[in-house]
Parts: sequence; structure tokens; C-alpha cells
Amino acid sequence: MTPEERFQALIDAEEKIEPTDWMPEGYRSTLIRQIAQHAHSEVIGMQPEGNWITRAPSLHRKAILMAKVQDEAGHGLYLYSAAETLGVRRDELQELLHQGKHKYSSIFNYPTLSWADIGTIGWLVDGAAITNQVMLTRCSYGPYARAMVRICKEESFHQRQGYEIMMRLCEGTPEQKAMAQDALNRWWWPSLMMFGPHDTDSTHTEQSMEWKIKRVSNDELRQQFVDMTVPQAEYLGLTIPDPELRWNPERGHYDFGEIDWDEFWRVVKGFGPMNRDRLAHKVNAWEEGAWVREAAAAHAAKKAARAA
Amino acid sequence: MTYEVPVAPGEKAEIETSTDRDLDGWPMWEVFVRARRGISHVHVGSLHAPDPETALENARDVYTRRGEGVSVWVVPSVEIHAFEPEAAEEYVEANEKVYRLATSYDIPEEVGHM
Ligand SMILES: [Fe+2]
Ligand SMILES: [Fe+2]
Repeated sequence: MTPEERFQALIDAEEKIEPTDWMPEGYRSTLIRQIAQHAHSEVIGMQPEGNWITRAPSLHRKAILMAKVQDEAGHGLYLYSAAETLGVRRDELQELLHQGKHKYSSIFNYPTLSWADIGTIGWLVDGAAITNQVMLTRCSYGPYARAMVRICKEESFHQRQGYEIMMRLCEGTPEQKAMAQDALNRWWWPSLMMFGPHDTDSTHTEQSMEWKIKRVSNDELRQQFVDMTVPQAEYLGLTIPDPELRWNPERGHYDFGEIDWDEFWRVVKGFGPMNRDRLAHKVNAWEEGAWVREAAAAHAAKKAARAA
Repeated sequence: MTYEVPVAPGEKAEIETSTDRDLDGWPMWEVFVRARRGISHVHVGSLHAPDPETALENARDVYTRRGEGVSVWVVPSVEIHAFEPEAAEEYVEANEKVYRLATSYDIPEEVGHM
């Protein structure tokens, strides 16, 4: 069997590809790009929520939010670790992010204006992430699939704590409920955009599906997400900001309106409300942390010298 | 798809990466966690740290935030040795020696559990 045939046989047999296996260059580079973007998204994703840690309405909510943000840092680390099995280094991926050559999910380029945004992010953004990541637990690349299993367990906590924030707000005063509705109005469409372009406009989809990196198409995942979320909004007594949203008994799915694709591409290209702040904050944190890294290295060198 | 950013029209999709840089100078460590007493440590991933103590502390924070482990090992990644991938064929050969398996022997049921 040639290496190509062996690779294909493993894919066909639903076996995982592991780091030392031969793999097509395109498979490797697609995975590096996708896992790095995923890792960067987890790391940048700490910012919109970190923004509310000091202003959480109670000590209990503060502890929850800190645990969630810490999980996102962990997700970034699991993913960089998975990317490194493909022969890249974490710090070089991070450097590419800092230089603006690597991207992260556009969803994190929207601001968090009220406490209800924290509830909405857990409910919708982590909810959308789960929809995608559950699929990725079946990805053909072993280290990526395994990282997803860990991540999915933790995402469930993220989504539930977010939905619970929304429940409390919706049971509260009219002002609190209005705050919840406002957050839903702002986050609904960006959440749907998380699933990417329509299948017909998605350049990488076909090859990724063949390689079983991706198992379900963008539009199918988006539909799954809408079908799951609409009843949850109804339970809260909130209105999804889409006049075209309605149950379609023939399809057995909800129909929904068209995404504003101009806005979608604008944010992808770097012109969203928060693109510049997010990256500047990340670079700043790295630079200001330089002394910690230097001190740790000096400490390690001193200890090693003493032991020798 | 979530967390995957599409390539905007006119943008370059492939970004060059090289592995010859070492920006933080911190070695990589493989992390093994014993989930509970009675079972072996299992590989869970890797991390970077300047020394073994920091590697252990980071491993605890990254891989056992919800009681996933009662014991953690960290091993410098360069200390892990393995066969070349081509040697995989030899595992296949071992598979063919069915006479090594208990199930390849027909023992009548009357004999009882064996
Ligand atoms: Fe996450
Ligand atoms: Fe999350």
C-alpha cells in the first residue's frame, strides 16, 4: 500500500489519522489553519466576557464568569497543543495572530454592552460553538477530535450558565427583561454568522468533508442551531429579531431570514466594531507579560545550574 | 462554521509557517493524568513551561480543573521515544498470529468455563 492509499483507507474506515501518519500536505495545512483559528478564537473570546468580571452582579456570578473565562483559556491551550502535533509551534501561531495574518472568529469583534450580553453569549455563542464542536469530535484528525471531546464537556456548563442568566433576567423587572431582549436583538444575527457562508459560497467545504475534517455543512449546522434555539427563546418569552422566522411543517424545520452578508464580510475583513481593540489588547497583554516569562526562564536556569 | 474564518475574496488563504523559531524558549512537556485510583496515567496533551515544577502546576490548571485526575506526570516531549511510523506494519503482522488468542481454540461447552 502506498502512503496515500493507507491514508485514504484509514479515512474510509472511519479510523483516526494520528500525528506520525503520512498525510497530504493540504490535509496538514487545512488542519493547521483551522485549529489555529479555533485556538485564537478561544483566547480572544476571553475578552468580551472578561470585560464583565469586575461588574458581575454578585460574587456567585463573578466566580462562575471567572471559571468560564478560565475554561476558554484552557480551550485555547488544548487546541494549540493539537496544532503542535502537526509540526508548528504555539508561539509562531500566536505571532501570526499578533501580526494580523491569522484570524479568529468574527463573533468576538462585537462589544458586550450590558450584563445580559454575558447571558446571551453563553446561551447563543457557546450554543453555536457546541453545535459545531460536537460535529468536530468526529473529525478524522485524532488530536483535534480528542481536544473537542474535552471542550464539549466544558461548553455545556458555559451554555447552561448563560441561559440561566437569561432566565433570571426574564423573570425580573420589565427593565431587566428589556435588557435581555436588547442583547438578543444584537447577538442573534452575529451568532447565525458564526456558521460561515452558505454551502454554495463556501470554498473549503467540499475537500474538508471528503477528508472528514468537517462532517456537516455550514447551512445544516445553522439550521440545527436555529431549530434548537427558537423554542429556548420562546420559553424565555423573548422575540427573535427575524420577521421571516416561522415553523415550516413540510420541511420540519424553522425557515428564517437572510443574513446581512455585507456585514459578515466587513467584520471578517477586519472592520467590525471591536477588531482593532481585541488585537491591540492581546498584543499588549503579551508584551506586558514579557517580564514574567523572562523571570520564569531565569528562575528555571538558576535552579538547573544549582542542581548540576 | 464556528470558529473557522472564511477566506475573504481576494485574500491569501495560505500563511507560511516555519518551525525553526523558538520565541519563548520554553520546552514542551507531555502531560499524563491518572483519572482515578486503580487505573494508569493516560496521555492528555502537551504544554510549554520553563521547568518541571511550572509544567506540573500548568498541567494541573489546564487538564484537571474538574477533578479529572488524582495524579499528574509531565515528561519533556524530547524524551518520548517511538518507532518510526513505517514500523506500523509490524503491528499488523502480530495481528495475524491468531493462535496467540484464547478465542482461536474450540473447547466443548460441557467442559465448563475456561
Ligand atoms: Fe470554548
Ligand atoms: Fe465556551
